[in-house]
Amino acid sequence: MSSDIWTFIFGRLSWDVIPYYDPILVGTFAVVLVVGLGIVALLFKHKLWGYLWHEWFTSVDHKKVGIMYMVLGLVMLVRGFADALMMRLQQAIAFNGSEGYLNAHHYDQLFSVHGVIMIFFVAMPLITGFMNYIVPLQIGARDVSFPFLNNFSFWMTAGGAVLVMLSLFVGEFAQTGWLAFPPLSGIENSPASGVDYYIWALQIAGVGTTLSGVNLIATIIKMRAPGMTMMKMPVFTWTALCTNVLVVASFPILTAVLTLLALDRYVGTNFFTNDLGGSPMMYVNLIWIWGHPEVYILILPCFGIFSEVASTFSSKRLFGYTSMVYATIVITILSYLVWLHHFFTMGSGASVNAFFGITTMIISIPTGAKVFNWLFTMYKGRIRFELPMMWLIAFMFTFTIGGMTGVLLAVPPADFVLHNSLFLVAHFHNVIIGGVLFGIFAGINYWWPKAFGYKLNEFWGKISFWCWVIGFWVAFAPLYVLGLMGVTRRLRTFDDPSLQIWFIIAGLGALIIAAGVAAMAIQFAVSILGKNKDWDTTGDPWDGRTLEWATSSPPPQYNFAFTPIIYDNDAWADMKKRNAQHPTQGFRDIHMPRNTWAGIVLAGLSVVLGFALIWYMWWLAVLSLAGIVVVSIMHTFNYDRDYFIPAEAVVALESKRHKPVPAGE
Amino acid sequence: MSRLTKLFAVFCLSIVLSGCNAVVMAPAGDVAMQQRDLILISTFLMLLIIVPVLTLVVVFTRKYRATNKEARYEPDWDHSTHLELVIWAAPLAIIICLGAVTWVSTHLLDPYRELGRIAPGQPVTPDMEPLQVEVTALDWKWMFIYPQYNIATVNELVAPVNRPISFKLTSSTVMNSFYIPALAGQIYAMPGMQTQLHAVVNQPGEYRGISAAYSGHGFSGMHFKFRGVDDAAFEQWVTKVRQAPDTLDRARYLELEKRSENVAPMHFASVERGLYTAIVNMCVERDKMCMSEMMAIDARGGLGLAGIGNMAPALYGGGERNRAVFGPQKTYVAAICTVDEAIAMTAKLPAIGAPNAAPFIGAGLRQPSMLQAAGATGWLTGHEHFNQTAHAAIL
Amino acid sequence: MSNTVQAEPGEKLEFYDVVSHEHTVHGSTQIGFWLYLMSDCLIFATLFAIYGVLGANFAAGPAPADLFNLPLVAASTAALLLSSITYGFAMLDMNEGKQGGTLAWLGITGVLGALFLGFTLYEFAHLIHLGAVPQRSAFLSAFFVLVGTHALHVLFGIIWLVTLLAQIWLKGLIPANQIRVQCLSMFWHFLDVIWIGVFTVVYLMGMLR
Repeated sequence: MSSDIWTFIFGRLSWDVIPYYDPILVGTFAVVLVVGLGIVALLFKHKLWGYLWHEWFTSVDHKKVGIMYMVLGLVMLVRGFADALMMRLQQAIAFNGSEGYLNAHHYDQLFSVHGVIMIFFVAMPLITGFMNYIVPLQIGARDVSFPFLNNFSFWMTAGGAVLVMLSLFVGEFAQTGWLAFPPLSGIENSPASGVDYYIWALQIAGVGTTLSGVNLIATIIKMRAPGMTMMKMPVFTWTALCTNVLVVASFPILTAVLTLLALDRYVGTNFFTNDLGGSPMMYVNLIWIWGHPEVYILILPCFGIFSEVASTFSSKRLFGYTSMVYATIVITILSYLVWLHHFFTMGSGASVNAFFGITTMIISIPTGAKVFNWLFTMYKGRIRFELPMMWLIAFMFTFTIGGMTGVLLAVPPADFVLHNSLFLVAHFHNVIIGGVLFGIFAGINYWWPKAFGYKLNEFWGKISFWCWVIGFWVAFAPLYVLGLMGVTRRLRTFDDPSLQIWFIIAGLGALIIAAGVAAMAIQFAVSILGKNKDWDTTGDPWDGRTLEWATSSPPPQYNFAFTPIIYDNDAWADMKKRNAQHPTQGFRDIHMPRNTWAGIVLAGLSVVLGFALIWYMWWLAVLSLAGIVVVSIMHTFNYDRDYFIPAEAVVALESKRHKPVPAGE
Repeated sequence: MSRLTKLFAVFCLSIVLSGCNAVVMAPAGDVAMQQRDLILISTFLMLLIIVPVLTLVVVFTRKYRATNKEARYEPDWDHSTHLELVIWAAPLAIIICLGAVTWVSTHLLDPYRELGRIAPGQPVTPDMEPLQVEVTALDWKWMFIYPQYNIATVNELVAPVNRPISFKLTSSTVMNSFYIPALAGQIYAMPGMQTQLHAVVNQPGEYRGISAAYSGHGFSGMHFKFRGVDDAAFEQWVTKVRQAPDTLDRARYLELEKRSENVAPMHFASVERGLYTAIVNMCVERDKMCMSEMMAIDARGGLGLAGIGNMAPALYGGGERNRAVFGPQKTYVAAICTVDEAIAMTAKLPAIGAPNAAPFIGAGLRQPSMLQAAGATGWLTGHEHFNQTAHAAIL
Repeated sequence: MSNTVQAEPGEKLEFYDVVSHEHTVHGSTQIGFWLYLMSDCLIFATLFAIYGVLGANFAAGPAPADLFNLPLVAASTAALLLSSITYGFAMLDMNEGKQGGTLAWLGITGVLGALFLGFTLYEFAHLIHLGAVPQRSAFLSAFFVLVGTHALHVLFGIIWLVTLLAQIWLKGLIPANQIRVQCLSMFWHFLDVIWIGVFTVVYLMGMLR
């Protein structure tokens, strides 16, 4: 009888699902435990919990939410990258009958979780962080449209990440690849908790992403400063708008399709099963209708970052603003017309394949136009080779080549021989690392002084830059070659010894990237802890061109004491040129949203709900669901959501910061 | 940076061109060879624009560096209609060329299309009977049935050189991708569905065949040897397989279907009639309704309320299989006709009762008539009628 | 193509907004909620697509004509459509500032919504009793999930509506509550539109097929 009670309380959770037999995981757990406990102890010692709770966790300030997104993304980058290193090591040694050091159960989780983490919990938080931090500043707003929703969205994303991390030590993650195609991800072929972790982690994070998309679109449409027409918005804001349109128009499809997969697994419905009329092909179609726009969700804001960087560091207006904007819009629309190119090899007809192949190639036209626009922004400019600019140039080389291999893969008969090969793996890392990550690193180096008031250390930044760029090519050029040798992805062991040298080179490349990651960590540490900071007292360290540079670094919580009025699309450059003077009197009370605990509590309950569903603890699922409903209703009874910063406080803050001095004065 | 990239490009290219095992670049079959040519043509077309762009990046970053005060500086120069025309038109021109190449080649190299030639200048003649191979992806091995010879193998595929091969593919449980890099591009093998692939091997030799799509625990060991041999050797091999002690019937198949990893090649001297059709229709178990039968019933509006209870008892594994926690015991729709009747019915239908796949793939466009008309390209259309609509038999 | 606004010589441009231009408190709420509805609409679009593809896969089981009871569906449709009208009356009363009328009409809307929900639950119970469970065929899976998702939305709408009744009762028709009534109105009418789609695609076309 006691086992019944155990089952009722803990569902299918038992000691057997704790991977204490796996020394790698036990070691990881020990390290995580020690580091985690150390951090907790430090926070207690310095009595920082209250500070964190009041100033960060419950904050609805878009800047703080943005920074929390960035921290989440960078932490998860380390996890995802550790997985990558483990895979590289396994593939470098598993030759000549050697099984390597990972069994299939572990290795299959690794490549699945690597993809999921890198896309959902690294790239997505990092770009959402940028959009959160920068967009309101660039459009001269005081916050986003729905500040509470913003906080809630962040915690939902973080909640998804928590579930993925939990799967490391409790149970297992999916062994299905990052998109979990049925029938492999169905209950018959994957009965354990792995796919359930996948489903609920993505569902919880997906809610956050969708709401943050809604929030940012509303912000960009409704909160622009006077005079900023659509065609005067900074390019980064434009790309953010298009990205969030893609988010709102694609994430619901993911939500729906994962719900159906969950129903198949939990209730036994027949959406994607082999028998009783189900159709796994339907899942493949639907998930890619979300999945393809998703890659543009990631890359568009990075195009925006590079546009800002190109014009700022060339000290010149962006070439072809209008065509840049239209190129972004065209990419946004076309991204919905290409999903089938992910499965040319599943037997669609020749005409269908050719259609989707050609639409895919057409996307390269606006993308090509963008590359030309950056190129001609540099033309007749005065290029300063600061770190963001270096990332831009590395991006132009790397991404162009990645784009080329992408177009190659869009030719269906070529795809037949390259699909699922390491050539494909090299291609998408080429565009995601060379495009998205390089863009994010450019953005971090570019906007860090805005967020924290001092520039990042340049020496370690350059070391990190070279390690990443060289490491990238050393790691992925061999994969291109291996792809042409007919080697496919997700293999754990190999029997052709002639391949080994290439995997060893790729592994060395990964180590060079690891050095880049380490150098970046040192760069942050040195910059944050160092005594001789490169302080930015003007608010405009790079001679910037857009509005975020018009306020102090870091900006006050209300961003702008006086909302700027815009006459030109390089608003701040224009203000500097025309010698605009910041008013020194006439300050008024500023209306601001209040912090709230509802976001973190709701997200916490969602994680509990997800965990309960994964482990079949139905009482806990019901309880946490009820908790979510009750807390939501309670939250709606709170009408006291805003307050005024009194004018005197504004005056005090404004006098403390250095007034932005227009250049030439 | 730029020098580094170039160095790498040269390095990679030299490796690829030296052909060290780059099987995709130096395949043994005519189809893969054409695909290789297509890769080279496309790459060349794209380099036409990539190389100037990368060169300009180097030139501009050097010339307009801030320390070079000689260079012109025009901070407000941000538009030039002529230049904008060029930067949109140049990629467009390349994509038009590449799009034309894509449209034609996708139709020519459609895996469903019967071969028109076995090598450049050697059209398929009516007396060449294609070798039929029925491929089933099992967990985690490949099973090949040779219906013309009534033999079957596991993890060993042998084919005579210069004879067209016509594959039909399906899978028992999950998706796999059938890929012999030296022979032709890959095609997915999916449960309850049938795909097709046409290819030919021109050079005798032993090549690697794999599953290119991850399919679970034993995926890494799911590979086989593909041998291209001359006609005499092929006959010898067939004779050898026929002498194998094992035969493949339904019971043996259900045993074989069970999960196993790194399976050594097996031979089966004979194959039960209709086994492959039963696999595609997921009715190897005798009390299970075939998909073709079920779809015929569904097309007539189902079996009504009476059909609700027409479920087979959980005999063949039904009880052992994992089930959804809130779902009923997994079971199947019970057969109404005997399997043989269902298969006989299936045999009368064109293709395996392929449903209308239009919701997924659209009706598709007709092949451009110029390809069919032009005499010089007569080999393109194949010697048999090229059925445009029977793609993706999603059952 | 420069978008710069050129100042006339001598004219002084104002670069900072010294006169108050505070964004109104709920200025973005309507567009934000509308965007959310569009995202929700896509969930339904996906479910409709699923139903469109799998809706004829009966797995040798029952088809729509064997299962659906059109008079019942007509009654529930009438309840839902009527509830949209009564919601309209609530909006009219709210715009005139009549708190009592607003509460009454909202209450009636909720009751009609509950009635609709009751019909749906009755239909589900009936089907399950017959053995036509969601697990029987892809058609039934798609049917239960499409109709069930709509019903869940109605349930959510009713919970929201009850909450809102309490809030209007407590706080009156303050602007914060008015905007909530407007958002719920959009949501309620949105569910109506979705139901018309469900009614047509699932029931009418199902019976005709």
